[in-house]
Amino acid sequence: MGEIILTMKDIDKTFPGVHALDHVSLDVKKGEVLALMGENGAGKSTLMKVLTGIYKKDSGTITYEGREIEFKNPHEAQEAGIVIVHQELNMIGHLTVAQNIFIGREPLNGGLIDDAKMNRDAKKLFEKLKIEIDPTEKMNLLTIGKQQMCEIAKAISRNAKLIIFDEPSAALTDAEIEQLFTIIRDLREQQLGIIYISHRMDEIKKITDRVTVMRDGCNVGTLITKDCTKDDIINMMIGHVIYAAPKTESHVKPGTPVVLKAEHINAGRMVRDVSFELHKGEILGFSGLMGAGRTETARAIFGADARESGDIYINGEKVKITRPEEAVSAGLSYLSEDRKQFGLALKKSIVENSTLTCLPKFCRRQFIDKKKEKEVTQKYVDMLQLKTPGVDQLVINLSGGNQQKVVIGKWLIGDADILIFDEPTRGIDVGAKEEIYELMNRLADEGKSIIMISSELAEILRMSDRIIVMCEGKITGELDIAEATQAKIMNLATMRN
Amino acid sequence: MEKKKNAAGGSPLARVFKSQEGIAFAATIILFVFFIVASKSFRRYTTIVTLCNYMYYILLMAIGVTFPLITAGVDLSLGTGVVCYSIIGSFIINQMGMPVGVGMLVTILMGVLFGVINGVIIATLELPPFITTLCTMMIVRGLGSILTGGLSGVWPMEGSKGGWCRNILKVKANGKIIPIGIIWMIIILVIMSVILRKTKVGRYIIALGSNKEALRLSGVNVAKWTIVAYSICGLFTGLAAIAYACTFSNITPGTGAGLELDAIGGAIIGGTSMTGGVGSIAGTFLGVLIISLLKTGLPYVGLQANWQQIITGIVLIAAVTIDVLQHRKKTT
Repeated sequence: MGEIILTMKDIDKTFPGVHALDHVSLDVKKGEVLALMGENGAGKSTLMKVLTGIYKKDSGTITYEGREIEFKNPHEAQEAGIVIVHQELNMIGHLTVAQNIFIGREPLNGGLIDDAKMNRDAKKLFEKLKIEIDPTEKMNLLTIGKQQMCEIAKAISRNAKLIIFDEPSAALTDAEIEQLFTIIRDLREQQLGIIYISHRMDEIKKITDRVTVMRDGCNVGTLITKDCTKDDIINMMIGHVIYAAPKTESHVKPGTPVVLKAEHINAGRMVRDVSFELHKGEILGFSGLMGAGRTETARAIFGADARESGDIYINGEKVKITRPEEAVSAGLSYLSEDRKQFGLALKKSIVENSTLTCLPKFCRRQFIDKKKEKEVTQKYVDMLQLKTPGVDQLVINLSGGNQQKVVIGKWLIGDADILIFDEPTRGIDVGAKEEIYELMNRLADEGKSIIMISSELAEILRMSDRIIVMCEGKITGELDIAEATQAKIMNLATMRN
Repeated sequence: MEKKKNAAGGSPLARVFKSQEGIAFAATIILFVFFIVASKSFRRYTTIVTLCNYMYYILLMAIGVTFPLITAGVDLSLGTGVVCYSIIGSFIINQMGMPVGVGMLVTILMGVLFGVINGVIIATLELPPFITTLCTMMIVRGLGSILTGGLSGVWPMEGSKGGWCRNILKVKANGKIIPIGIIWMIIILVIMSVILRKTKVGRYIIALGSNKEALRLSGVNVAKWTIVAYSICGLFTGLAAIAYACTFSNITPGTGAGLELDAIGGAIIGGTSMTGGVGSIAGTFLGVLIISLLKTGLPYVGLQANWQQIITGIVLIAAVTIDVLQHRKKTT
């Protein structure tokens, strides 16, 4: 391990309502692999975005190769030799591998692009990296793993000195991960600095030299990988904070009827043989790391994405759900994690949004009964304690918490009995979170059944009667709230099989 | 996301026939054979002349619009542009008494000018191409009439001063009309094909339509290449205007709307994807050939204008369906 290539000191960044980075420091040496770990939302990505100029830091210093720097955009960072290999790849699908690697600096021969030279150079590059990819293949015909290899090759051919891998293994097969590790070890030999962001403990142990752990926007500490255990890292990630009133026992009495049963659901790579039951009045927590397949499971059950196989039973009866309309008429509802994109028509009023799922109920012949629409919406606005000057207010003008209430109200007006909340408190401030929690508890008491997908362990432990943990498209465990702990959930969430 | 067997697998021949260009080529042959068998009068030399007359300006427009289409954009101002610029050319020649050569130059420059305007608006203000070019389409429609005082345009006829312009695309020899424009078209097709496939211009325009953000992050000036794409389209609209003026005797101001649809339709039938990143000049040529064959051939089998519209529409839907299906196969 050599001298320090990058030092980030006291980096501070605040977004409206969130202190995303709270004086975080980190350093990377030449010829080392530094793991950057933390729960979802701990601030890892934000930190990397500050480094590469996507976000501007509020304060703090970044020293790279002995000079203090502040990049204005990722391209500037790239020029200086700092490259991120993203989880979502930035590849131009319709061009070939070689064309992608040399984009923006094509060799010319008499005014024309010298494709033959590009192919030769790409081949040489791949040989050096011991990667087997045909440079003339179209990029969109490669597997995600191979595309990632190309991105790495591109970075190296641009004389990268510091490479950041942002959850590189999430989409890779085991064999591809091995190959990736071989490349990373090679890069380490060549004295490059490497930051490796991942959730997977076994990988961290295998490939990294040091681990920097972040939690809630703070740097919690740095460990030497070979001197620490998996439990040490998990403990640092979750900390020892006491969260407000976690549930200690299930509110669902034994023998409560099952309202929703999913059996052997398969839908692509992210939903593999998923089976579970949901009882009346239960809040069933779905925990897991980003990309565990929870949202995909919900969408498959709701008919938003195609299922390959699997049956769904509602109140003991098998139902056919292939489209969202069928799910809605069966009493299901899905509150998307991305309200703005999938849950609301932002530039429409509360009323228009609220009655969207069940407009026929408000129609007399073919005309919408605006008076009735307003009355009913007002009733739900009062019930949900939605803060707004009036029901004609445009949704875009409401706060995040109140927008979420509009989504909830919309489904309640539609008479949904089973509510799937996907990250119900994402982007909502603390006070409004409490209200959403209370509301969910009240709905459960009234006999509504709730599936709550959440990436926040505290939320899962506080709200759930029972917890299902997923990892890579499979259910890796089920815990009753009485026996659930953060450590147990984390263990299941990182269990690869 | 495993794709062990990709869509373009198999032998080179099979690959050709799985591509949209291959399908378009097969369709062209089938259409030709069909018309030759079905209609005796189609088997005449004059058919080729008619076909060429119609094809020249549509083909030039289609080659031009292939570039914005590949960037996932579009240019709707082609049709009214062709009429407007050729009327302005006529005004320069007839009312201002300039030589035909100057008229041609101004016609081309008008096309380039509006191409640049389209490109700058789309690249720097980031307005949607559909809206931007819909507006310039209206602007040029009005502009032609205003500049020329509502007069219709005529370019010099054969025999009169400057009549050589009528011989650019066809010459008379031994009482027969020889469509020498075909040679021009072949030269242009080859040049544009090389530009699209072998130069930075083509490479970046394809990349722009495939993944603009990735191109930007690679340090390429995306605004500049967007403007280049629309300027190429404008240049070809100008060329199409000359072909149009040299083919027809009378140019009515305010017309031309709808011509762009034949050009865009041709490009799309030839495999240019409206979602960007895909397209070829050869494909565009075949697509225009199919549209032109339908236009000129159908009357011979007793199907008049209204039927041509219907059949062209159906062919377009089929072409876009193939494109969408192929796109879907690749992204799942």
